[in-house]
Amino acid sequence: MKFEENYEKPSWAVMNLRTAFGRAYPRIIGVNREPSWVFFDTFFPILSIAAYIYVYTALQAPPQYLGYVVIGGAMTAYWMNVLWGMAAQLYWEKEMGNLELYMVAPISRMAILGGMAIGGMFTSTVRAVTTILAGIYIFNITLTLEEPLMFVGIFIFTMTALYGMGMMFASMYMLWGREAWHMSNLLTEPIYLVSGFYFPVKGFQFLLGDPGFWLAVGASIIPVTLGLDGMRQCFFGPADGFLPLWVELFCLIILTVIFIILARFSLDYMENLAKKEGRLTLKWQ
Amino acid sequence: MAMSMNRRVFKWSTWLGWQLESNWTDPFPFIIYSIAKPIAGSLILVVMYSIIAGIGGQTDVGLFHYMYVSNAFFMFVAQVLFGITWVIHDDREHYRTLKYLYISPSNFFVYMLGRTISKLLVTTFAVIITMAFGVFFLGVPLDILGVNWLLFIVVMFIGLACVMSFGLALAGISFLTAKHSMGMNEGVAGIFYMFCGVIFPISILPGWGITLAKTLPVTYWLELIRRTLGLGEGIDTALASISTVDCMLILTISTIVFAVISVGVFKLGDYVARSKGLIDMTTAY
Repeated sequence: MKFEENYEKPSWAVMNLRTAFGRAYPRIIGVNREPSWVFFDTFFPILSIAAYIYVYTALQAPPQYLGYVVIGGAMTAYWMNVLWGMAAQLYWEKEMGNLELYMVAPISRMAILGGMAIGGMFTSTVRAVTTILAGIYIFNITLTLEEPLMFVGIFIFTMTALYGMGMMFASMYMLWGREAWHMSNLLTEPIYLVSGFYFPVKGFQFLLGDPGFWLAVGASIIPVTLGLDGMRQCFFGPADGFLPLWVELFCLIILTVIFIILARFSLDYMENLAKKEGRLTLKWQ
Repeated sequence: MAMSMNRRVFKWSTWLGWQLESNWTDPFPFIIYSIAKPIAGSLILVVMYSIIAGIGGQTDVGLFHYMYVSNAFFMFVAQVLFGITWVIHDDREHYRTLKYLYISPSNFFVYMLGRTISKLLVTTFAVIITMAFGVFFLGVPLDILGVNWLLFIVVMFIGLACVMSFGLALAGISFLTAKHSMGMNEGVAGIFYMFCGVIFPISILPGWGITLAKTLPVTYWLELIRRTLGLGEGIDTALASISTVDCMLILTISTIVFAVISVGVFKLGDYVARSKGLIDMTTAY
């Protein structure tokens, strides 16, 4: 009784901020306690990206294409983090037994996922920055930021839309067993292809005409498609751009709102469904 | 007695691996999943090549065949490396069965080999689908009657033994690393992707890169595959002067050397993990 009388319950906002911080903290601290991570997650991924740079060199591509690969390669860090560190994480938490603890805590699920996103963004940003620096200093790629304000806007809204999408996926993955693992696997190369991680997405239009244009429009549902195209335009100009920059920024803002709202509803719906079907604590399916 | 036990361990670990790979869904989605990923991976290269060829870059179709065939067979390297190392993390942290495997009378090394075979089966299916897609839809001129099948089978056997050796070495290291060090598998696969003439000829690498490439057995394995299939041969000027017999010899000797080293690394990793109490480590952040 004494404890309850003296205990001042934090406000909803403070409690959820603490939650987000509490979930981000072990990610940042955890990886820093594992020094192998720095080497494995920063140096090694550069090699795959370097391979694509050499492909363009072998094909005698114009120099900006090497820059497109570097920016695409940097963004793979965020996409992988959304797939494995956000979407598949609730599945992993369920398997580890943490999910039930989250469920009984008086906190928003969005705050937990927000914390995961912040923690994951830290590691992804280290990897992305390393990739960009490798592109500049090892492959002598010139990156001149022609539209700095637009770049900041596009980057921020790409990230929020992307992690909003990750939260939405997480709600679905909460229900799944090993399907979650395989779905993340499936969303790697096919998304690299349709979102144009290693070539400008306008290339579809160039190769296929109108169907290619509509393919790129369809791929734009994934925020990283327009985000990548916008960032490339900010560095290399609009020659290979898919849509005008302001249109891409506007679409990203719309996608951000849609994915955050969808994530909110989807989390509630899937949580209820998982409870009804008794799958919240079901492990090793 | 020991042989009979090892045979049973091998048989049932292969079966277990296959069930883990395939029984998460119905056969139809599993087939779609198995096809979509490798085809998308190959189509990234197809689009890159087509865009650059379309804007007046390199249009040598031999280079395209070189990239396509090597990339298809490289799936064995990526999947097997990833598959073997993930067995350690999955059994240790997800299913938490690693310690039980250790206290059972089965040979853990044989268990690992069995788990790898199921990965090989799934990857073989993906490679066949990718090659068929290339032949029927992209005009890759594979002359089935002109292939030296005997040599091809021998090359595949030695090459896969080599890849499995690398995988076992990485599995040994995985005993000591956290779950999030998936970047290690990605990175080692990246080294091979970059330096073994997978999607571009090693002749365009800087001098030190060519020297490194020539020390890696996977370089010779892929070159031999290209030669036996008659696709993309002669494109790589750095390897053109090495005869097929010499390539075979180098591949065989280096595979034996790497196999011995890999067994040593695996045993060392196993010993250190047991000494430090890491066999049931969980890294849930």
